Amino acid sequence: MPEPHSTEEPGTPGRSPGIRSQWGWLLAVPVIIPLLTFLYNGDGPRLLGFPRFYWLQLAFIAIGVTTTTIVYRRGRA
Amino acid sequence: MTLAIFIGLFALVSGLGFVASRWRRPDTMAHLDEWGLGGRNFGTWISWFLIGGDLYTAYTFVAVPALVFGAGAMGFFAVPYTVVVYPLVFLVLIRLWSVSREHGYVTPADFVRGRFGSPGLALAVAVTGIVATMPYIALQLVGIEAVLKSMGITGHWPIIVAFGILAAYTYQSGLRAPALIAFVKDILIYVVILVAVIYIPSQLGGWGSIFDAADAKFAKSPNPNDGILLNASNQLQYVTLAFGSALALFLYPHSVTGVLAARDRNVIKRNMSALPAYSLLLGLIALLGYMAIAADVGPVGKDSNTIVPQLFDKMFPDWFTGVAFAAIGIGALVPAAIMSIAAANLFTRNIYKEYLNRAATPAQEASVSKVTSLVVKVGAVLCILLLEPQFSIDLQLIGGVIILQTLPAVGLGLFTRWFHRAGLIAGWAAGLAAGLWMLYQIPGANGRLHFGGSAFPLSQLGLDTKVTIYAGLLAVTVNLLVAAIATLLLRGRVPDGADATEPAHYEEAAATVSAGRASR
Repeated sequence: MPEPHSTEEPGTPGRSPGIRSQWGWLLAVPVIIPLLTFLYNGDGPRLLGFPRFYWLQLAFIAIGVTTTTIVYRRGRA
Repeated sequence: MTLAIFIGLFALVSGLGFVASRWRRPDTMAHLDEWGLGGRNFGTWISWFLIGGDLYTAYTFVAVPALVFGAGAMGFFAVPYTVVVYPLVFLVLIRLWSVSREHGYVTPADFVRGRFGSPGLALAVAVTGIVATMPYIALQLVGIEAVLKSMGITGHWPIIVAFGILAAYTYQSGLRAPALIAFVKDILIYVVILVAVIYIPSQLGGWGSIFDAADAKFAKSPNPNDGILLNASNQLQYVTLAFGSALALFLYPHSVTGVLAARDRNVIKRNMSALPAYSLLLGLIALLGYMAIAADVGPVGKDSNTIVPQLFDKMFPDWFTGVAFAAIGIGALVPAAIMSIAAANLFTRNIYKEYLNRAATPAQEASVSKVTSLVVKVGAVLCILLLEPQFSIDLQLIGGVIILQTLPAVGLGLFTRWFHRAGLIAGWAAGLAAGLWMLYQIPGANGRLHFGGSAFPLSQLGLDTKVTIYAGLLAVTVNLLVAAIATLLLRGRVPDGADATEPAHYEEAAATVSAGRASR
């Protein structure tokens, strides 16, 4: 079974825990935004035929991916 | 043709399940870390397939589009739910992974026992987990049955055969079986859904007309709470259901099992960025419900879970319908296997070893778990044979609410030792009582008086409003309040348990595995 990245991340010594935990707060963004119905509970504008309710919530998935990736890369330990 | 392809693919994965015991072969299978956690050594790719195959179950694939078909926008809660869940897992389960690696914990109840020094609280968490998981396994059978019904197969014997084979290879291969089968399952699902969301809209005049057809259907229906958008009274239900379901998801024993099987913290973190690919898939699957409306497809009888199979049957050529049905059917096997392993591990570690045989060796633990996994599956099959399917669905609804009641002990326990162990037990009991009471008060469609859903009307609490809220989130609020008040009352008066963990244990990147195993 191929295991990509299996040789990396020996750890990043010297980075203070404070920096790590600050980046951790970024994870609040994808938790809170999908819960704000006023952002997406509407029909227009439509995108490729999708009402805003649907395309915008699907777009939130990208926000989730982006933030978890940033926190992972910044806070690697 | 459809049936032949379905059976062929089913036979293929059954073979894989048996071969899996030789995959990444351990020195011995007679250890719970091997049978029950696949050696705690799964890398990024395997974990991605395993956790994805674990969390997105066959029931999800049939029930979410069925909900969208019936109620519209409300069913789309599955998307915010799975967006919210990964950051939460990133924050919470990663700490559970570290402390479990350090102390050799196999179940969430193991952690609670160590953290709060309370076998009683651990028992409460374990029993809650087992009770919540059982109907979830039964629902996987409902998923298979929906497919079988669409192929015109009735009767219970195919289900019994399928689960018999599943039970046999899970017994032999443990967590390695679903991990290997998950590759086939997920690849099939991705192919089917990608084809579906490209091909079907092209046949129905594009996405715009699909949404318009759904809008027209809901405009005609007498139900005020359906529609392709939310209304004033169900928005709170939508977000609390999404948030509460996300909290419940990572408390479920089978999610914990999938995460604990990872090799190191970075495997989990990378997966939190990669698993949302499944959320996109789920969002598209949900929209199959609208495609069914636009294609004028109806369910078999009154079973709305057959909507997606019926849609595939109408739109696809025979052979591809077979592939699609196999994807759903195999999709049931992966989570069912992991859930039964998780429930068996809970029984072994927190009931058998705690109360029946304190001196159990690792080999005895593994063999008890293997037998228990069989018992759990027999129980799930009996649920389907003896009870109405609706009863399993009700039980799963209740399961989500009751598993949430382990949040203070498991979820918050990973961050703080502030709560008193007796306070947590009191909160757990109060949360369970409140949750069950609320679910009992909720009327449903077809004239049902109780357990009709999870949307609790706030008017029941004397508020003058039509707004509804997810019962589970309200119940866990009661739980937290009671736990906090009881903690303040008990502190200093009633002795608290000892904490076997240290703050550093929650941050360990890849602790010394062998040292951890010996320490329990």
